Amino acid sequence: MTPLTAPNRPKDDLVVRGARVLDPTEGIDAVLDVRVDSGTIAALGAGLDANGHRVIDGAGLVLAPAFVDPHVHLRTPGREDEEDIASGTRAAAVGGYCAILAMPNTDPVVDSASVLGSLRERARAEAEIPVGFLAAITKGQTGDELTEMVELAEAGAAGFSDDGQPVASPGLLRRALQYGAAAGPTIALHCEERTLTRGGQMHEGETSAELGFGGYPSIAESLMVARDLALARYEERPVHLLHLSARESVEELRRARAEGVAASGEVTPHHLTATDERVRSLDANVKMNPPLRAEPDRAALVEALRDGTIEAVATDHAPHARHEKEVPFEGAPFGVTGLETAFSVLYTRLVQPGVLALETLLERMTAGPARVYGLEAPRIAQGAEANLVLLDLAGTWRVEESGFRSKSANSWLLGETLAGRVALTVAGGRVAFAA
Amino acid sequence: MADVRPLVRDELLPPKPPERRHLISIGDLARDDVERLLTLAKTFAGTLDRDVKKLPTLRGRTVVNLFYESSTRTSSSFELAAKRLSADVMSIKASGSAVDKGESLKDTALTIGCYDPDVIVIRHPEIGAPNLVARFTEAHVVNAGDGKHQHPTQALLDLYTIVEELGRVEGLHVAIVGDVLHSRVARSDVQALLLMGAHVTLVGPPPLIPRGIEAMGCAVSHDIGAIKEADVVYVLRMQKERMLAGANYVPSLREYTARWGVTPERIRPGQKVMHPGPMNRGVEIDGAVADMADALIERQVRSGLAVRMAVLYDLLTHGPVGVKVAEIQAVA
Repeated sequence: MTPLTAPNRPKDDLVVRGARVLDPTEGIDAVLDVRVDSGTIAALGAGLDANGHRVIDGAGLVLAPAFVDPHVHLRTPGREDEEDIASGTRAAAVGGYCAILAMPNTDPVVDSASVLGSLRERARAEAEIPVGFLAAITKGQTGDELTEMVELAEAGAAGFSDDGQPVASPGLLRRALQYGAAAGPTIALHCEERTLTRGGQMHEGETSAELGFGGYPSIAESLMVARDLALARYEERPVHLLHLSARESVEELRRARAEGVAASGEVTPHHLTATDERVRSLDANVKMNPPLRAEPDRAALVEALRDGTIEAVATDHAPHARHEKEVPFEGAPFGVTGLETAFSVLYTRLVQPGVLALETLLERMTAGPARVYGLEAPRIAQGAEANLVLLDLAGTWRVEESGFRSKSANSWLLGETLAGRVALTVAGGRVAFAA
Repeated sequence: MADVRPLVRDELLPPKPPERRHLISIGDLARDDVERLLTLAKTFAGTLDRDVKKLPTLRGRTVVNLFYESSTRTSSSFELAAKRLSADVMSIKASGSAVDKGESLKDTALTIGCYDPDVIVIRHPEIGAPNLVARFTEAHVVNAGDGKHQHPTQALLDLYTIVEELGRVEGLHVAIVGDVLHSRVARSDVQALLLMGAHVTLVGPPPLIPRGIEAMGCAVSHDIGAIKEADVVYVLRMQKERMLAGANYVPSLREYTARWGVTPERIRPGQKVMHPGPMNRGVEIDGAVADMADALIERQVRSGLAVRMAVLYDLLTHGPVGVKVAEIQAVA
C-alpha cells in the first residue's frame, strides 16, 4: 500500500510531442512523443497518434520524471493562514512535483491515527497532487513518549519524524529504532544538539562574530549526526538524516554508509547554493534551521549530492505569515519557502555552470527521495503511472511575491532571475499544472 | 533628413531624489566618511563652549528618537544634539507607548512615518531593527544600538575622543577588554579603529570572545597581561542582561574580576582608559582606574554630543563638506 494519498479526481489523456525525453533511471535520452491514456503512460515513440487526446508541444523542452519532495511543511492542521493542503500542493505542482511528504510538526502534532486519518481524507478532497504525511516519533514531539507507531503505519504514515525538534534522548531514539522495525516506515531525524544552539540565529563563524548573532555551530548538527548514526549501526536499523548543512555531518554520513550503515541524507536547495554571507542583508528570509553555512560546507554538500552520499534534494518548504517575517532578524521564525523555486535555482546555480549534471539533479529530485521513503519512483516507461514534468530550460523568470501559489512568500530568492521553467506537471496521472 | 532621436521614456521622468542615507553600521562607511564626520564634529564642538549654544542649521527638520532599550547617554545626547541644531525632537520610549500593547516595530515605524520625520534614531534589543525601520519609512535612519550588532555613533565618538587626546588613531594599539560576545560597542569599535589604521587586540575569557572574530582583522588574547602593550585600554561592561540564563560564560563575577578586571596594577602610567558606560565599578573596572586622570570616560560622553550633531547634520545635507562647514561657521 502506498502511503501517498492521491486527490480524488479524474485522470487525464494527453500526448506530449517532440520533447527531449530524459529519464536517467530508465536510461532514456531521446526526442520522442509520450502518450498518456487515463493517467498511465501508454506509449513512447516517434509520431504517435494523438487518439484525440490533448496535445502538448514539447519541442525544445525536456520531459522528465516529475519530482518528489520528501520534506514539506503544509502547516495543516493549525496554521492554515500560512499554507493548507490545497495551496501547498498547488505550489508543489508549479514546482514540477508529483508527490510531496508533509512533516508532522503541526498543531495538533500528527501523533495519532485520528489526526493522520483526517489529513488523508482532506488530501483526497483538496490536494492537487499526491501527498504523504509523516507521523511524529514522540507524542506531541516532546521527546518523552513514543507514538503508537504500528497503528500509525497501518493508518498510512509515510515515515516518522520529530522534525523541527531533535530526539534529545539517545535512550528514546534507541527505542524508536527498535520498535520502528515493527512499524516499517523510515525514521527521519532532525539532528541538532540543543544545548549547543541556544540563542543561535545563524551559522557560528566569521560572519556571526562580526554581526553579533548568537551562533548555531556546525558541531551542533554533526555531533547529533554521529550519535544517530552510531545508534543506527548498533540497532542495525535504517535512518534518514534531514536537511544536512555541515561539512562534518556529510563526512560522518559518508563514513557510515561506507561501513554499511543503512543511512540516507537529504539537502535543501538553499544549503546547496547559498552561504552565511547572505545573512549580512539582515533579511529575515535568509533565516532558517539549520542555518546557511560557510562556503566549504556548501561545497561539501554539492560534492555529496554529486557522489550520492546524499540521495535526495528536499525543499524544507516552511511557509511563514508575512507579519512574522517582517520583524528584525532576531525576532523572526526559522524557515523559507522552496517548492516553487527548487528546480530553477538548482538548475541555474549548479547545472548551468557545469557543477552538477542535469541527469544527477533529476535523479536526486525523483528516484532518490522516493527510495528514501520506499515510494515507487516516478519513471517514464510504458505502463507506469504518468508522473511527468516538462521543463523549459532556456526560459528565465523573475521570482516575485505576486507569482507564488503558496499562501506564503517568505522566499530567500525574491527579486532574483532564474533559468529553467516548469511548463507542465503531470502528477498521479493528471495534469496538475500547465503554464 | 537628419535622424531625430526619439525621446526615451526615462528622460521624461523627473530626476530621482537623492538616495536616502542611513548610519546603521560602521561597515557602511569609508575612511573619507569617518574623517568628514570627525572634522564636522570638531567644528560643532567649537560651538558648544559659547554662551548661546543653539545653531539654526536644522530648523524645520524633525528628529524622532525611538528607544526600545534603556539609555542615559545615547538618548540624552541625541536629543540634545538635535535641539542644539534647532530641529524639532520627539523622543519615544517603548515602555509607556503602544509597544506595551503589542504593536510591532513595523507598525510603530509606519505610525511615526506619518509625521514625515527627517531622521529616526532607533535603539532596539534585536539585530536588524534599524534596517526594518529604514524599509518602512522614508526617513534617514540612525542606529543607536541594535542588539549585539552595531552602535556606530559610539565608535565615532570613541575615535573622536582618541584623536582629541592622542592626536591620531593611525598606528595606535587599542586593547578592548571584557565581554566582547555581547558587545555592539566592541564590534563597531573594532571596525572603526581598523578602518582608521589602529591595531586592535581583544582581551577576555574565551567564552566571551566570539569564535571567528579574528577574521575582522584584530588580534585576540585571553591573558589580561596583553593590555600592558596598548596605548588605549577600552573596557567593556559585563552585559549581564544579555547573557542567557545558565549559560555559564564565566563561573562568577568574582572570578572574572580577579582574572580580567582592569585594576591599577594591570595598567601602566600614561595608558588611556575608556569605557562606553554604564560602568560596573568593581567588576570590569576598578573604581580607582575609572577616576584617574588618564581615564577618558567623561570626555567620551562630551564627545558624544558633538559627534551626534555631526551625524545628524551630515545625513541631512548632501553638498560638498567644506562649503557646509564654512556655512555653519558663518551662521554661528
